[in-house]
Amino acid sequence: MKHLSKLAWAALALLGAFCLGTVALRRGEPINALWIVAAAVSIYLVAYRYYGLFIANKVLGLDPTRATPAVLRNDGLDYVPTNKHVLFGHHFAAIAGAGPLVGPVLAAQMGYLPGTLWLIAGVVLAGAVQDFMVLVISNRRDARSLGDLVREEMGQVPGTIALFGAFLIMIIILAVLAMIVVKALAESPWGMFTVIATIPIALFMGVYMRYIRPGRIGEISVMGIALLLAAIWFGGIVAEHPTWGPAFTFSAAQITWMLIGYGFVAAVLPVWLLLAPRDYLSTFLKIGTIMGLAIGILIVMPELRMPALTQFTDGTGPVWKGSMFPFLFITIACGAVSGFHALISSGTTPKLLASEGHARYIGYGGMLMESFVAIMAMVAASIIDPGIYFAMNAPAAVIGTDVVEAARVVSEWGFTVTPDLLTATAADIGENSILSRAGGAPTLAVGIAQIFHAVLPGEGMMAFWYHFAILFEALFILTAVDAGTRAGRFMLQDLLGNFIPAMRKTEAWTPNLIATAGCVAMWGYFLYQGVNDPLGGINMLWPLFGIANQMLAGIALMLCTVVLFKTKKERYAWVSIMPTIWLLICTLYAGWIKIFDSNPALGFVAQANKYRDAIAAGNLIAPSKDFDGMQQIMINNYVNTGLTALFMLVVLSVLFYSVVAIRKARRNPQRTDRETPYVALTPEQQKVWL
Amino acid sequence: MAGALVPLEYFATHKRVWRRLVQTARLCCGVPDYDNYVRHTLEHHPERKVMDYPTFFRERQEARYGGRSGFRCC
Repeated sequence: MKHLSKLAWAALALLGAFCLGTVALRRGEPINALWIVAAAVSIYLVAYRYYGLFIANKVLGLDPTRATPAVLRNDGLDYVPTNKHVLFGHHFAAIAGAGPLVGPVLAAQMGYLPGTLWLIAGVVLAGAVQDFMVLVISNRRDARSLGDLVREEMGQVPGTIALFGAFLIMIIILAVLAMIVVKALAESPWGMFTVIATIPIALFMGVYMRYIRPGRIGEISVMGIALLLAAIWFGGIVAEHPTWGPAFTFSAAQITWMLIGYGFVAAVLPVWLLLAPRDYLSTFLKIGTIMGLAIGILIVMPELRMPALTQFTDGTGPVWKGSMFPFLFITIACGAVSGFHALISSGTTPKLLASEGHARYIGYGGMLMESFVAIMAMVAASIIDPGIYFAMNAPAAVIGTDVVEAARVVSEWGFTVTPDLLTATAADIGENSILSRAGGAPTLAVGIAQIFHAVLPGEGMMAFWYHFAILFEALFILTAVDAGTRAGRFMLQDLLGNFIPAMRKTEAWTPNLIATAGCVAMWGYFLYQGVNDPLGGINMLWPLFGIANQMLAGIALMLCTVVLFKTKKERYAWVSIMPTIWLLICTLYAGWIKIFDSNPALGFVAQANKYRDAIAAGNLIAPSKDFDGMQQIMINNYVNTGLTALFMLVVLSVLFYSVVAIRKARRNPQRTDRETPYVALTPEQQKVWL
Repeated sequence: MAGALVPLEYFATHKRVWRRLVQTARLCCGVPDYDNYVRHTLEHHPERKVMDYPTFFRERQEARYGGRSGFRCC
């Protein structure tokens, strides 16, 4: 029996290798999306079975008889030992968001191959390792959060630096997410109407759950989703209407200001009124759409029309600039490795972990699942016509603003597309234009709409599914924006409280409003500069986001390494050192290029200098209309330079403190970590959870 | 086996699966299992007052979204 199972695993590994070989080596003819899906799934399973188990048994030494914080401090509220499948669902819903969906879409400009390989290799060797190890480390330290863990194991100073880094990342994430929404909704009355309609729907749900039938999540969510679908359908009528259509048409700049105002109001309203009900909608819609997409890909079995590799691997791509190394590895962050997961894996999930024996399934397995979502996003971006992909994602400065010009430029790149096709696609999805809809969300929505439409065809349904996909993305991005502003407000109050003690009072209105306004102003600034960026914004903000996110992953993995040395497991430290080194090289090198490269499309300083010189010489650079706008772009680039330098400084200082901590641990023959003492589960508890 | 009674576990299984699904959906919204909370409090913390469901729900909602840990991933 044992040999038979080994044989089956070997067969699965061979299947994965064969599929991957097909994906990598077949050139010139389009391949089916199922090759990618099969390659990914079989490699995930083999990695889970062998590498995951190796980390569980050898590196971390998991002990299922050891009581977890959820058992020891069980209160039925925060600390609850939970069924492992239930916890898996919860953990997955908490880590999966817009990141794994948008990153692969942007990376598809180099072809589907580089991104797919990085997603598979990255998750197996870095992303899942990070989530899993942080989960176990936090689990053995009373379910403490990442900041606390760094402070405890490495010292007060690196702990504060890590918290400060996390705050900066949050600001950048909020700005980049908000920009995706702005780009998706600009000049789109249908999308704008449905997104605005979510506000009264959420308010209704909030009041219903608070006063009419308290806590009935199920029934109100069903009602809410039905209302949402009705709103999407009705949005099509509104967009066609001669008066209401234009009334819901807004420019990117207008939506930016609306979003900034909304972010402030939503963050100070009571949570039950708007935030919580909309989060329910977005969670259920997200899980439903992801499952629908997986089933849809299996049924439709679409062919990938994007080439495996495009000429843009050299770094001249229109969507974002920069060569494959290092920029691919920061463009796809979530899905391969994401530092933000370390914040979920510490603090939230370990409070619910019933047994250490479940940690591999939830930590390693949950991240594999997220990577699978990213693979599906890559598929969705690659099944649409490459000509449409580039017309949707290249900035107006490159392809112009009318279909004839855009079709000519994109066709010159070798992705033949006609103006008629661009117009017809826009009409199919119920929009006026699909040109330069940067940000990934609209492209993904077209891909999702094509898959759903192939499964459930119908007249005009393509437009319905497109706006369904846009709404689904906008919904959870907006939820992230107000939840993030709220969390950022607390962080800011903590940070400022170090200097002005009165700011610490989180219950008082004045510090609350000041900190909320400060937080909104910070992400609003980056959002505003992204929306006004001549190269489309994504080129500027997404690398900052990628660098920041991978930097946090680097910090989490450095923590794991320090803990391995402190627990005298240095023999296995390569497991976390290997991804750490890779992430540090990628982030630091990318940061270096973003600051110092002499190409203005790449380097912030070079871009700032270009605008400075042009202002001095009195030359207007399109699409800027006056010198004030150019002055602003110059300042923005200096700010981004400073921010990138700050990120690099944070990484380097945590690296310094890690090395100090490791050297100290090696000098000491005893274990020096802060693990909580072993408490055995009682035999009854073991029977329930093992 | 034709004619045999439907085994008891048959009914138990789909009920259990449904219950797990409901638990997952609720936990995703930050609301842990209420029955489990009541049983746990009665068994282990008899001195504590057991909250009724609406109170429990509001308390959990505030804990989930009101505080520092509301933010989820990108």
